[in-house]
Amino acid sequence: MIELEGLTKRYGEKVAVDDLTFTVRPGIVTGFLGPNGAGKSTTMRMILGLDHPTAGDVRIDGTHYDRLKDPLTYIGALLEAKGAHPGRSAYHHLLCLAQSNGIPTRRVHEVLDAVGLTAVARKKAKGFSLGMGQRLGIAAALLGDPRILMFDEPVNGLDPEGIHWIRTLMKSLAAQGRTVFVSSHLMSEMALTADHLVVIGQGRLLADTSMAEFIERNSRSWVRVRSPQRERLLDVLHQGGITAVESGDGALEVDGSKAEYVGELAARHRLVLHELSPQQASLEEAFMQLTAESVEYHAHTGPPGPPQQWGDGWKRG
Amino acid sequence: MSTPPPPMPQSAAPDWRAAPGAARPAPGPAGAGYTSPIPVVRTHLGHALASEWTKIKSVRSTMWTLGVFVALVVGIGALTGMVVASSDPDLGGESPLSLGFFGLLLGGMCVITLGVLTTASEYGTGMIRTTMVACPSRGRVLAAKALVFFGLAFVVTLVCATLIGFLHVALLEEYNAKDPSGEEWLKGTVGVSLYLALLGTLSLAIGSVIRHSAGAITIMIGAVLAPLVIALFMFSSSLEDVQQALFEYSIPNQMSIFYANSLSDSGPSGWDPLWIMLVATGAALGGAFALLEKRDV
Repeated sequence: MIELEGLTKRYGEKVAVDDLTFTVRPGIVTGFLGPNGAGKSTTMRMILGLDHPTAGDVRIDGTHYDRLKDPLTYIGALLEAKGAHPGRSAYHHLLCLAQSNGIPTRRVHEVLDAVGLTAVARKKAKGFSLGMGQRLGIAAALLGDPRILMFDEPVNGLDPEGIHWIRTLMKSLAAQGRTVFVSSHLMSEMALTADHLVVIGQGRLLADTSMAEFIERNSRSWVRVRSPQRERLLDVLHQGGITAVESGDGALEVDGSKAEYVGELAARHRLVLHELSPQQASLEEAFMQLTAESVEYHAHTGPPGPPQQWGDGWKRG
Repeated sequence: MSTPPPPMPQSAAPDWRAAPGAARPAPGPAGAGYTSPIPVVRTHLGHALASEWTKIKSVRSTMWTLGVFVALVVGIGALTGMVVASSDPDLGGESPLSLGFFGLLLGGMCVITLGVLTTASEYGTGMIRTTMVACPSRGRVLAAKALVFFGLAFVVTLVCATLIGFLHVALLEEYNAKDPSGEEWLKGTVGVSLYLALLGTLSLAIGSVIRHSAGAITIMIGAVLAPLVIALFMFSSSLEDVQQALFEYSIPNQMSIFYANSLSDSGPSGWDPLWIMLVATGAALGGAFALLEKRDV
């Protein structure tokens, strides 16, 4: 269990982490979500005692990280792929970590095998691809067979097979009763792995909720209808007790009804439909709306950014 | 995310697909939290020393710097010995050990480099975070690094200095060279080796403070050379005392005192340089520790 209490980190005037309070519980995967620069990595570094908090406190099962006598068998962390000396082999990298915590050498071989780096164990880390670097970092995290695992953006640089592997791994680790805390900036990734969700933006806590609740609250489904007889269709829908709103491009959006029902209603009144499609708001969209105001680095060119107002998109109608 | 990584070696693929479940123990009772089958060990300095020893011997830069060091000390030492011997000199009772000075002075640059790399390279590579997560006691990490490096630098220097000492004595005894006394042997081998190893440990502390390899190496080489160079250009008679002090306390001159061939007659003598370097290194390590505790990694 990781407990954060009013955790704050300031760099001069800039607040990186702002009064964060939440708890990461064992037995489930807790997703730590936020746009780039939201303070996820800083928070994780403070949990591991690397950065000193400006204010507040963070405890691991009631203890500060630097008081742990056996840190690697207690917590395993993947902070960044670039956490190894490029001139050192994967084997020696893991060996020096194992030695520093009195972990038997056979564990080094076990974790190398577990992440699939046995074949390149004697190769220098500088020859590793981003994905292999991530695997080495994950091997280091698993080294002490710890009860708490933290992964900072673990799927970065992994190929689809690797992504599938890490998802399965995280779920199985949590199922064994371990605490699994994983950060990401991809909602879609979290939706597949996390049971609980902590969302931050510009260092502030935006949501601390179960994944199921987040999905229920943020997923909106509607039916999109397009007809050349728009006025007639509106009347018919109205008589059927259905409220429809116009979407920007001349189509109608019907909330809370099934496409089948709308279609049958139109058929009964002999209306021509050009389109009838069920729609679902993506969680990614919900996440973007949640964090829209706190995104640190906006892209001003390219595809249109997230709506300006929280709830703008999915609360319509 | 956007660029797919190069494919994994084919032979590795089947392993990791099968392994995650296999390498892990069976799930524990639900809700009870996870208990690792790995025995819990209360870590101490010994673990950190073993870890740092693995680190220092598993990177090529160690082999390179020490290899160049041995080549310089033994190579230049042997060359000087042979050149002097072939010129049929009369050494007039001089100690032949002093010929080892040039090689060790140049070799000192390698010791400085290795010392700096031991700490600073971890900052350049991001390894320092991994290290500090594995061992949250920052003082222990610094102590382990300093001890391992000091031991390694001392042993290598001692072996080289002793080797060329014997070589010089053997080459020059027929040319009226003095037979070195016990204390001269001690100073010319153990003494100068302790001094160089301490100079390297001072560099290690500076590397930890500066956190940048090139910067720290520059500072240390400057510290070795600058006093002599500055002193050379102090022509004004009012600065004579300063010039004299810069000469006498410069690191090359302090090293030469171990061979009793100081560039001047006043200033440090006997074992003084060792105590000076010991205090400087201790102070630098203390400063490095204080900063390490205070700063974020």
